[in-house]
Amino acid sequence: MGAITQATAVLDRQGLAALVAALVAGGRTVVGPTVRDGAVVLAELTSAEDLPFGWGVELDAGRYRLTPREDGAAFAHSAGPQSWKAFLHPQREQLWSARRGPDGVPTFTETQPESRTYAFLGVRPCDLRAIAIQDRVLAGRPPRALDSARAGATPFPDRGYRQRRRGALLIAAECTEPGATCFCVSASGGPAADGGFDLALTEVVDDDGHRFFVRVGSEEGARLLDGVPHRSADLTTESVARGAVDAAREHMGRSLPPLDLRALMGESLAADRWDGIASRCLTCANCTMVCPTCFCTTTEEVTDLTGDHTERWQHWDSCFDLDFSLLHGGPVRASTRSRYRQWLTHKLSTWHDQFGSGGCVGCGRCITWCPAGIDITEEVAALAAERDAAADDQHTAHDDGSAHHDRGPQP
Amino acid sequence: MTTELSVVAPPAPAVRHAEPRLPVPYRVIARWPETPDTVTLRLDPVAEALADFVPGQFAMVHCFGRGEIPVSVSSIPTTGGLAHTVRGVGAVSEGLCAARVGDVLGLRGPYGTGWELERALGQDVVVVAGGIGLAPLRPLIRDAVAEPRRHGRVNVLIGARTPDDLLSKYETRRWATAYTGVTVDRPADGWSGEVGLVTRLLDRARFDPPRSWAFVCGPEPMIRATARDLVHRGVSGDRVRVSLERNMRCATATCGHCQLGPVLLCRDGPVVGWDRAEPWLSVREL
Amino acid sequence: MNTTTTSTTRITQALPSAHRIRLLRIAREVNIPQGTRLFEEGTRADRFWIVRTGTVTLDMHVPGRRSPVIETIGFDELVGWSWLFPPYVWQLGAEATTSVRAYEFDATAVRLMCEHDPQLGSAVGQWVGKVLAHRLQSARTRLLDLYAPYGSGSAL
Repeated sequence: MGAITQATAVLDRQGLAALVAALVAGGRTVVGPTVRDGAVVLAELTSAEDLPFGWGVELDAGRYRLTPREDGAAFAHSAGPQSWKAFLHPQREQLWSARRGPDGVPTFTETQPESRTYAFLGVRPCDLRAIAIQDRVLAGRPPRALDSARAGATPFPDRGYRQRRRGALLIAAECTEPGATCFCVSASGGPAADGGFDLALTEVVDDDGHRFFVRVGSEEGARLLDGVPHRSADLTTESVARGAVDAAREHMGRSLPPLDLRALMGESLAADRWDGIASRCLTCANCTMVCPTCFCTTTEEVTDLTGDHTERWQHWDSCFDLDFSLLHGGPVRASTRSRYRQWLTHKLSTWHDQFGSGGCVGCGRCITWCPAGIDITEEVAALAAERDAAADDQHTAHDDGSAHHDRGPQP
Repeated sequence: MTTELSVVAPPAPAVRHAEPRLPVPYRVIARWPETPDTVTLRLDPVAEALADFVPGQFAMVHCFGRGEIPVSVSSIPTTGGLAHTVRGVGAVSEGLCAARVGDVLGLRGPYGTGWELERALGQDVVVVAGGIGLAPLRPLIRDAVAEPRRHGRVNVLIGARTPDDLLSKYETRRWATAYTGVTVDRPADGWSGEVGLVTRLLDRARFDPPRSWAFVCGPEPMIRATARDLVHRGVSGDRVRVSLERNMRCATATCGHCQLGPVLLCRDGPVVGWDRAEPWLSVREL
Repeated sequence: MNTTTTSTTRITQALPSAHRIRLLRIAREVNIPQGTRLFEEGTRADRFWIVRTGTVTLDMHVPGRRSPVIETIGFDELVGWSWLFPPYVWQLGAEATTSVRAYEFDATAVRLMCEHDPQLGSAVGQWVGKVLAHRLQSARTRLLDLYAPYGSGSAL
């Protein structure tokens, strides 16, 4: 992606339709939000008409409802059940196949990744950050040598991911109406797209009409914009758009406590709260499936009846699965407590050690799609409260040795 | 790395393998049973070869139609190729154990960190192996005894369940060390050697703790007991190098399985310093 | 010194030198031929040894099979602790598997010295306690049978 330019423009609905048409005509698979099965899902769009014009969403922990909107806005919904990883890092992918010749020698052949060139339309700023995080995990190099003389300093990128990612064009849709489970601002993000896009759209619907303020983020974005009818950005549209995005910062439905979460997680490995979470968590793995940064995969071997042909497949896996940590003798993380702790600690803390950034972008999907309504912002706050209470206890005990004796009988 | 100590570089193959997820065919050119359930396979590339391994690193070894498992390199012959020692405990490892001379397996690697014996230059060396944990240590021991002047006293402490479970029995005796101790948990008839836990041999080993490096591999509780004992005796925690194991699928740091707290063992391990490993191993189910 | 290893269970490190010297003063240097039974389970624990060279095995009599060896004891290690605690009866048998040179101690004399000098008594108790703790930990770890196929690595 080229340098971010300062260029701006305004597209109307016809301009947006022309943009999608130009992408389709250019041979790209255009993926964007569309209404299907009672949700705003990400799917291939044949035209801009497939966008969810006039639909919004109502979100809460464990709750997702589509709601019609009077204003006909296309991007006034929040993150749906899928994320872009479904396309960049698909659920199932064949890595290679092998055939054993008459001499018994196998020939291993790499499976070429599907050669689709994607255009993603309507990528939320949280999801832009999620893509950047998966880039580091699956297509980048580790952040730093963790061991002074690491032997394997070569990065081992996921080839399929890298190929799909390299070709993908990203058109962001900034947020003006965050959902009730959104907390990107407290996850060091925000409703504005701050890079990593080719074009960024901000939808404006008011008395002056339905239109999209456009910022150009790359040369390719500029070329694309040049090819469709647009007008230069007027001050009103720009200020309404920027104002709405700024205002959205104040309307986050939830927030993570403003603490050093890396440290909090590291200090909370023995917290009692994990047992509380475990009593509610069904280990269904929904949170890991909907999470836009969760990347874990496993592999399986598929053979045909002759036994001379075999295929190696990679598919999504979840740290909530018992087999995920299996060693001979049993799983390392057998309890629900330990598996939830692994997920949340990885997301907020050890991800930094492993990949040089955090693993949570505050999209809220794990809250919305948890069948038990477990809310990570609430759980993090509870872990912080437990740590503070323990510190207070210690402090009190230190100040006054009699503190514990003065409490009277326990109920 | 250790290459300079031990391995005369084999003639460079025409093609170096570039695609990290694709196995490369290697032929079994020799096979010998080590114990009733453990086999060492000597492997040579059929055509293109993997990059050079250093002691402590591992390969993903593929058994046709069954899958692949991580296996540490147990020998790095100066003539090229390598050896892996496999214990049959599951479908893939049993398939590998059943491989015959002439069979072709798939290998990819090298992956992970090495023992880094070269950091122990001029220092006493204490190698502690439990069970099949001797296999990943074997190339390190061979390097250490091959160049005795590079190190102080070399000690090799080996523990196993029974005399039948001891690896490399004949080779063990020939290593020119300051001390080689072999002990078993359960002696059989005719066993005249030591009986007891491998850590008890530390009393017999000859090393000056503040001037020593230790290399430990075996079941995790044995690693913990040994590392703590060594540190208690005065070996610095960062000089106790341990090889750890977790579930591993990709070996390329992209599948998430081998996490142990802040590290991915396929990339940042399997060999890590005890000073870093101890806090992770002391948390249950981490 | 032919070794620089530190150990908390050796008499040379576990006992303050003044106490060590007092103990060694009543020790007898003995040569035990290979195959000698030092003691048998259930008999009176009236002596103990510190091995100087050679190996002693601890075993237990099981009818119908060769006495299984429980542990081997070597250089600078203590053979026998039952002499310190009533009823002063050996719990296992011991045999010299090689010819053994050792310091032999009269247990009754040591117990009397400890009674007369509580400081020495405490030091000897500490020393034997450390040996016992170390052996208990080793026995517990061995009890886990860690090298068995389960609990020892990859499941695949």
